[in-house]
Amino acid sequence: MTRALTSLGRRTFLANALVVSFAMRAFAQETDKKLPPSLARTPQLDAWIRVGADGRVTVFTGKAELGQGIRTALTQVAAHELAIVPDEIDLVTADTGRTPDEGVTAGSHSMQDSGTAILNAAANVRALLAEAAAWQFATAADQIEMRDGAAHAPDGRRIGYGDLASALSLQVPARPDMPRREVGNVIGQNLPRLDIPAKLSGGPAYVQDMRLPGMLHARVVRGPSDGTKVKAADSAAVETMPGVVKLVREGGFMAVVADQEWRAVKALHRLQAAGWERAAPPIAAADLRETIRRLPAQEVPIFDYPGPAAPADARVVRARYSRPHLMHGSIGPSCAVAQWLDDGVTVWTHSQGVYPLRKALAELLKLEPDKVRCIHVEGSGCYGHNGADDVAADAALVARAVPGRPVRLQWMREQEHGWEPLGSAMMVELAAELDGTRIAGWRHDVWSNTHSTRPSTAGGLLAGREMNPPFVPTRPRPIPMPEGGGARNGNPIYALTNARGVFHLVEQMPVRVSALRGLGAQMNVFAIESFMDELAGAANIDPVAFRLAWLKDPRAREVVQRAAERFGWPARGRGGDGTGAGFAFAQYKNLASYCAVAIEVRVDYDTGEIRVPRVVAAVDSGEAVNPDGIRNQIEGGIVQSLSWTTREAVGFDRTRRTSFDWSAYPILRFPAVPGRIDVEVIDRPKQPFLGAGEASQGPASAALGNAVAHALGVRLRDMPLSPERVRAALRPAPAAARQAAG
Amino acid sequence: MIRLTVNGQAHQVEVDPDTPLLYVLRNDLALNGAKYGCGLGQCGACTVLIDDKPVYSCLLPVAALGERKVRTLEGLPKPLPAAFEAEQAAQCGYCIAGMIVRAQALLERNSRPTEEEVRDHLAPNLCRCGTHMRILRAVRRAAEAMGGGVRDVAEHKP
Repeated sequence: MTRALTSLGRRTFLANALVVSFAMRAFAQETDKKLPPSLARTPQLDAWIRVGADGRVTVFTGKAELGQGIRTALTQVAAHELAIVPDEIDLVTADTGRTPDEGVTAGSHSMQDSGTAILNAAANVRALLAEAAAWQFATAADQIEMRDGAAHAPDGRRIGYGDLASALSLQVPARPDMPRREVGNVIGQNLPRLDIPAKLSGGPAYVQDMRLPGMLHARVVRGPSDGTKVKAADSAAVETMPGVVKLVREGGFMAVVADQEWRAVKALHRLQAAGWERAAPPIAAADLRETIRRLPAQEVPIFDYPGPAAPADARVVRARYSRPHLMHGSIGPSCAVAQWLDDGVTVWTHSQGVYPLRKALAELLKLEPDKVRCIHVEGSGCYGHNGADDVAADAALVARAVPGRPVRLQWMREQEHGWEPLGSAMMVELAAELDGTRIAGWRHDVWSNTHSTRPSTAGGLLAGREMNPPFVPTRPRPIPMPEGGGARNGNPIYALTNARGVFHLVEQMPVRVSALRGLGAQMNVFAIESFMDELAGAANIDPVAFRLAWLKDPRAREVVQRAAERFGWPARGRGGDGTGAGFAFAQYKNLASYCAVAIEVRVDYDTGEIRVPRVVAAVDSGEAVNPDGIRNQIEGGIVQSLSWTTREAVGFDRTRRTSFDWSAYPILRFPAVPGRIDVEVIDRPKQPFLGAGEASQGPASAALGNAVAHALGVRLRDMPLSPERVRAALRPAPAAARQAAG
Repeated sequence: MIRLTVNGQAHQVEVDPDTPLLYVLRNDLALNGAKYGCGLGQCGACTVLIDDKPVYSCLLPVAALGERKVRTLEGLPKPLPAAFEAEQAAQCGYCIAGMIVRAQALLERNSRPTEEEVRDHLAPNLCRCGTHMRILRAVRRAAEAMGGGVRDVAEHKP
């Protein structure tokens, strides 16, 4: 039965499919409904989905697995819409040789962009398969039931996708209006993560694990941090070290390649022993937030909510909040494998953007882009723009010097700490006018460097700047709202009037910076949500009730109410005795996931240490494809944010970054993680996917700040809320506080 | 020629004697479990068991191993990896092999640790994704599967 297509039938069918595709194209032009952006950019269905003769389905995404679980969630979306089990799907992730260009995997956009594109493409493919089956069975398409990888006719006949697909062209553009599949439950299931088994058994899971035949090992030679360079070394002595294959030099770029990895490391140490010097202007201060605040800035309006001026007797409340430079701090230093063959190069990379990286590498290597292939392979979690792209360029340059041989190059720990682009230091100044308990005016000013220097040109790569002549970085431009860079989430979600905000984009970069998870959102949400508590205190209103009074969006309100209820907010103590509870809320970018966090703290008055016995969060990230995946992201975001907020700050002296390893840049360890984290995922079936990777960092920081303020009766506005800052804040009235702590 | 026993199997490798054990495991024996994280004994990604004790394989020259037996993630019994799977205790997962190996050392020595002992025992290992809560749950689940358990204390730290 399933082999019913005769060659004549197949030819007729192909002609039929062609007619269908023309009709669809005409229809697509007529309809008002638009394709989702990723699909509009790459509308051909076979760029996203191919069905093999064996019925297995290959799905292509331009997004990359970063440990956020996107491989699993995208597979679920495709399986659901195609009416097959997830096991029947092979998902191909970001690869310039195979997948659509979906830019960078960042900004909690993967489900919005690729999830929505695959959902639509799969609905299209399912409809085409159903039409093909209808033609086969000489019945109407709406009589066909699609399930278990086959089309079923009302009379019990069935034909598998493999057989249908062999005569069906998917080289047709997607239609924008394909209905979602109404049955099935693959979306919404806690499907176990597809990438986890290899990670638990020692299977090859990372680019760091690649071992190609004949592979050499390389190390790049640089000074201790961004803005430094190594002094000239005795290269002849290094070239004769055992196992050293080559010293690769181009302009100021230097790398050593050896037969064994440890031998490359030993050669690196020998080259670094020559010493280093500063190659850029001296660094102004050990902590650069005041420097950033004072440098010349481009003023970019963020928002302007009109409304009448506040009455003349309104009470003015002002506060200033800040954060230092922060580090991504991947546990595995950045790594890439590259191989130069014939006149082109293949690079296996954990970059978040294989297409922009290809463009930058092509410029660096003076190749046509089609001679450069960038294939994403997982690395250690990145949390933004770390050394991934730079190390890919380093490996490509070394590969060019040893054509034919695969080269694996991994940065050393000190190189990742010293050279990764940091998350910019930031400063926020807020002012509000209170007319009784009403907010009658609001002013938000935020200062920072750019939040993206992601490379799409050679000047964005460290190695590019080391060439002679050097490639020049592009001038930082503000990322426009509503996404925003430093301005991200600077626009309050509250229904305020007479409110304005300005982003002061400081172009001059005293140190290297780029995108860190959430960009400016963590700082802006920390500031706004701390300030809301300060205003609630000034108005003598409960902080949660105060927020609800200004929050109109019903989904936002529900998230706040569910978190408060689950936490037992009304029963929180009086505070002021070293224990306290804090609350905060944000909708990421005011257009993505809603997340509310409530935190209980216990502050040790002697050591200044903050303990977190309990955290409760509620999140609405639209339709929950994999609720446990969302929970995992929210939990992780909270813990990472608590680390940022309580103990992290990159330090500098005049010549270099001093946070050169984990001893000099401590992050949260097990004994200090919360006692419990409880996350409630609010599912919104059929609502757009909103992403989850960056929803919780801002609210977690602010909830912690608010909890500490509640516990101490003193507010800390500068991150990190370190033991030193806590003790300093308590100093004016230590005796009273001690008594209260009892 | 250096001899070593890993996961019960004898091997001979042709490396410089000062090569850290980590590089031998990964590059010569093709074992992916132990990871390079810092090379400084600060993060625990490279943790292996040497005669039942958790050790930073990035710091130990392979020639200093002598007769001592090495166990890596690949040679461990099922309960811990299965518990990590059940709890979906990974995000990027780069640190997880080290976590499992260190937890194995604890549970072999003490099948009924307190929550606080688990946290203190895992303190040398860093996770940047913030998967700590799941890792703790996985260790608890594995302890139970191995016939023990993790004892609750009212507050893990006052």
